Formats: sequence, C-alpha cells, structure tokens
Amino acid sequence: MPSTLVCASDAPAMNTADPLLEVRDLKVHFFTRDGVVRAVDGVDYSVNRAETLGIVGESGSGKTVSSLAMLRLVPPPARTMGGQVLFEGEDLLAHTPKQMAALRGRRIAMIFQNPATSLNPIYSVGAQLSEILMWHEKASRRQAEERVVELLGLVGISDPGARLRQFPHELSGGMKQRVGIARALMCNPSLVLADEPTTALDVTIQAQILELLADLQARFRMSMVLVTHDMGVVARMATRITVMYAGRVCETADAGTIFSAPQHPYTRALLDSMPRIDQSYSGSARKTLPTIAGRPPNLLNPPPGCRFHDRCPEAMPECRKMMPVETTIAPGHSVSCLRRGSTGVAA
Amino acid sequence: MTALLDVESLSKHYPVHQRRLFRARIRSEIRAVHNVSFRIEEGQTLSLVGESGCGKTTTARAILNLVEPTDGIVRFMGEDVVPIFREGDRARVLGIRRSLQYVFQDPWLSLNPRWTIGETLKEPLRVHRPDEPARWNARVEELLEMVGLEPHHAWRYPHEFSGGQRQRVGIARALAVEPKLLILDEPVSSLDVSVRAQILNLLAEIQDRLGVAYLYISHDLSSVRFISSHVAVMYLGKLVEIGAVDEVFTNPRHHYTRALLSAIPVPEPGAAQTRIVLQGEVPSAMRRPTGCPFHPRCAAALPVCAEIEPMLEPPSGGHGIACHNPA
Repeated sequence: MPSTLVCASDAPAMNTADPLLEVRDLKVHFFTRDGVVRAVDGVDYSVNRAETLGIVGESGSGKTVSSLAMLRLVPPPARTMGGQVLFEGEDLLAHTPKQMAALRGRRIAMIFQNPATSLNPIYSVGAQLSEILMWHEKASRRQAEERVVELLGLVGISDPGARLRQFPHELSGGMKQRVGIARALMCNPSLVLADEPTTALDVTIQAQILELLADLQARFRMSMVLVTHDMGVVARMATRITVMYAGRVCETADAGTIFSAPQHPYTRALLDSMPRIDQSYSGSARKTLPTIAGRPPNLLNPPPGCRFHDRCPEAMPECRKMMPVETTIAPGHSVSCLRRGSTGVAA
Repeated sequence: MTALLDVESLSKHYPVHQRRLFRARIRSEIRAVHNVSFRIEEGQTLSLVGESGCGKTTTARAILNLVEPTDGIVRFMGEDVVPIFREGDRARVLGIRRSLQYVFQDPWLSLNPRWTIGETLKEPLRVHRPDEPARWNARVEELLEMVGLEPHHAWRYPHEFSGGQRQRVGIARALAVEPKLLILDEPVSSLDVSVRAQILNLLAEIQDRLGVAYLYISHDLSSVRFISSHVAVMYLGKLVEIGAVDEVFTNPRHHYTRALLSAIPVPEPGAAQTRIVLQGEVPSAMRRPTGCPFHPRCAAALPVCAEIEPMLEPPSGGHGIACHNPA
C-alpha cells in the first residue's frame, strides 16, 4: 500500500456500536404545484464506523432523497423540513453552507449512479480529480496529480499516468465508475455515500466494481451507505440493512437477519416476490411468484396510518388508524409494524 | 415436427466507413449478430441473455425484419420469411406480423400518449381485422380482462397509468391479433421489483392459457430462470451456449456463462458462491478478437482459442456450446 494513504478512521474503529452518522426523524418534502409530496417522512438510521449500511427500497421510497439530504443536496422544490443528521457529533443540518462545502468530498464523499453523467465531459480525468485536492487541502497541482495517479492505480485503472490526460468519453462505463470511486476517495473520507453505484453497469462489470468497493472499504475501514434496489447487491455488500417504503423505514437489522428472519410484512413480501437464480421453476406445474398486491402509494396523498397497510397481507383495522413507531425487537433489529409489537401514534 | 420458429445462421453486419487522408474510405464491418441459430417450439419460451451490446435486440429485430438481416434463414411456421419481407407483398407480410408480435421494453415510450388505451388496443385490429369493426370493442374488453385491467380502462390515457399497468397494455396490444409468438424485449427491466413479479406471473399465466411461445430478451437472469424453458447466451454477436434452462443454470459449460451466472449476487448474505470475476471488459465489436471472441477474458483459454473460432454444436442435441475447452 502506498505510504501517503492513511486510514480514514483508525482510532476507535474496533467498537462496532459506534455511530459515525446518525439520522434522526429526517423529513424532506417536495413542494409541487399539486401539493406537498412527503418523500422522506420521519426517517431514522445510523451508520457505525467501518460498516456498510445498505438502504433498499423501490423507486419513490425516499432512499436517494434521504441520502442527498444528509449532504444538504436536495434540489428545489424539495426542502428538508426537520430532523437531525449527526455526523461525528455535529448536526449537519445546522451547518452553514460554507461549512458544508468544506465537508463535502472531504469527510463525506459520494459515488453517483450514472458515471456517464456525473463526470464533467469537458475536463480531463486528471483535472477534475486533482481539483478536489487543490480545493480542500490546498495542494499544489503536482501533489494533487501524484495522488490522482496513485488512486487511479488503486481502483484498478491500467496505466494511470496516461489516463490523467483522457476525457470521460474516452473511457468505458466500468472505467468511468472506477474514476468516480477514485474521486470519492481523494480526501480519505470517513463516510462514502454510494447511490446505486452499479445499476448502470452490466453484470460482469458490476461484479468487478462490487469487489473493488468491498476491498477498498475493508482496507481503509471506511463507512459506507449503499443505496440500491437490488437485494442481491446488499446481500453481497452490507453489514446492516435498512428497508424503506414510501418515505418511511420499515425495518433495520443486520444483513443476515433481514434475509433469514425478516419481520416486517413488506420485507418478507419483497424477498418472496423476487425470482431466484438458484431455484428451478420448470416442471409439470409452473409455480407462480408470490406478489405484493397493488402498487406503491402516491406520496401526495399517502394512505393514513401505516403506509403499507393497503397492500399488507397481515393488516388489521388499527393499521389504518395508527402510524407505527420504529421499535427495537431484538438487539440491533428494529421494526415499525403494529403486528410486530410496535407502538402506534394516531395518524 | 417442425419448430414454430427456426432461425438458421442469422447474421446482421453493419458496414463501417472511415475517412482517411489520401484514401477516400476503408470499409470494415461490425458483426452485430453473427451466425446465430436456434429453434423455438410452440408454447415454449426461449430466453436470449447477454450483456448490453451483445446483439440480443438486433437478433429479435432481424427476425421481424425491423432491421434487414445480412444473411440467414428465419423459418416461421415452416416458411422462410426473409424473402417475403424483402419482396414486401403487403398481404403476406401482414400475415407474418400477425403471428409474430413485439412487446417493447419501455412502456412509457411505446404507447401513444394521445390515444386512449381503447384506441391503442384497436389499432392492431384495424390493421389486421379491418372487416369486422363491430367486434373490436368486445375484443378490447376481452384483452383488458386477460391482462388484469378493467373494461373502463379503455377510456383512459397512458399518463393515468403506472408502469406496470402500461406494460399490461403493451402485452394486451401484442395479444390482440392472436399471435403464435411474442417477442418480449426486456419487458420487466424498467419496472419496480414488486411490480415485476406481477408481470412475470401474468406472462406465465397467458402462456399456459393461450399456448403462445415467447422469445424473451433480458439481462436479468433471475427472471429468465423463472419464465423460460430454454436459454441462449450471447457474447459479442454470437451464441456461446444454448440449452434447457435448468441444464444451463445448474451445469453451465461455457466459461462466459459460468462467469455471467456467478456475477449475479444471490440475495443471501455469505452464500457459498464461487465467484468468477472476469477481468477486463467486453471488447468493442469494431475490434473483435480473432478466434473465440471470449478468449482474451477467458481463464481456460488454450492457444487454439486465439486462432480458430469455435462453432456451436447443432442445437438439436439439447445443450450446445461454442468452446474448445468447455468446463
């Protein structure tokens, strides 16, 4: 390992229950012409040091918006309406724009979904990556470029010295995503937010990128928030998993528990509804996949009570009236479901 | 018994023109689809799988003559359709198109926003059943019911529907003229996970009920496992492996198929998965490797692989592979 690379969080990293980031009661609303869309409506989660938190959910569940809100990057007409984002003890929602600018890309960095659009097409790879170091650390161009070469090598780009002068259009999709990862690591961040980092890639390239991310994360003991809709990807990558539905958290537990003993009816239904590559479906009578009836609610006018009650196979009359509060049912496992012992608040 | 669809050595090559300083043009070609052969029996589903750019969609479009094939025979219900499309006799072309319908990937782009669902569903009837307009409305109602929509949906416009509902409309439109074969081009990849299962179940149910055959194109291998009876794997415009779905998934013999299957993350943490991570990326079709197109990335490549292109064994014998050194 090159000597200039320093572990992001070396001191108290061994303690597993040591939250680096805590999101509490986060609310992000979109103020549209048709009304207020409650895209994120009271979301709690935490990320411990050196772990990967997987946030899964379908489109519109609020997984991306809540991660953008952490960095105060939600675009208008969306506004963060309340809550706290505690990062190393500081509330990011109370920071000034200047403080946020000093933090983004240095202490929290982001890997975006589409590498084709998240790189600037008119700057060379070297220019857009070294800019980060020149801005945050006041490094000279030469120092910054040395670091870029080092990182490009680290993310598996061959001949990094020559790539420095190349432009994004000269790179393939997988290569661009590697550059995106190198960009996120420029300043040794303690937290990396990866929003669907492999969704735009082919499966064999996805496997390469996931392996790279897992390797880098273990090597630098970074914390990572991995936002995705792919249950397979979180199973491969995440230490803990948060399942979101319609702007709320359904269930949080360690990865093994989510897959082996899911508690929330939505988590169960979601896992059941996915065809499995390692299961045979042919035979005399073709099996039917279990499905979730209906479709995700319109958040302009979400259903009263539990957001999932109208699609839930276990719904009872109270689910219509009471909004369940996330309740810990076992160490490290919390669920918001009245059927699983959550308390409810009148909706 | 003759197969419903019998594709033999189908190729689609695109010419490439390059300008040079003192010579006007150098012509080379991209082999988007090269020498592809497979059969689909009545009521069966063959899936074409592979990564983007491998030629899955071009194969399907060449079958329908939406792009004109460079070479090859497409026998549909015992008749070679390539010359029929080339001659362009309207009655005969319509006859083929009636039995060979296409469901598009993106239900947001493939429905006319200015037409009600009823008008969209009547369009194929207008073209193919012009002499019996009195029966169109009844047929539309029947189709909506078949795909799990309500009769009153015929009066609605596409923007009033969710992605899953639109895809149901797309399927209903393709079924309107009672085709024998549906080409499904990534029909669920733009849908959410919970809606995906509904559409896959619908497709399975329709097949059981109507006995229609599917050519299912997808890069999502778990849905392929669910829907298909046979699967064909493509790489750089070539079929590399073909066989019954359970056979190929449990006993893949081509090294690319093995890598592709092991690249799919299984939703089970710590699953005992032997992961084969391929090095490098799919080469550009412009710079196609000599010999076996997969050899530069293949761990089991022999010297012969760089020189002689392996041929796919005739797929009549069940499981075919194009490899000099199969696993």
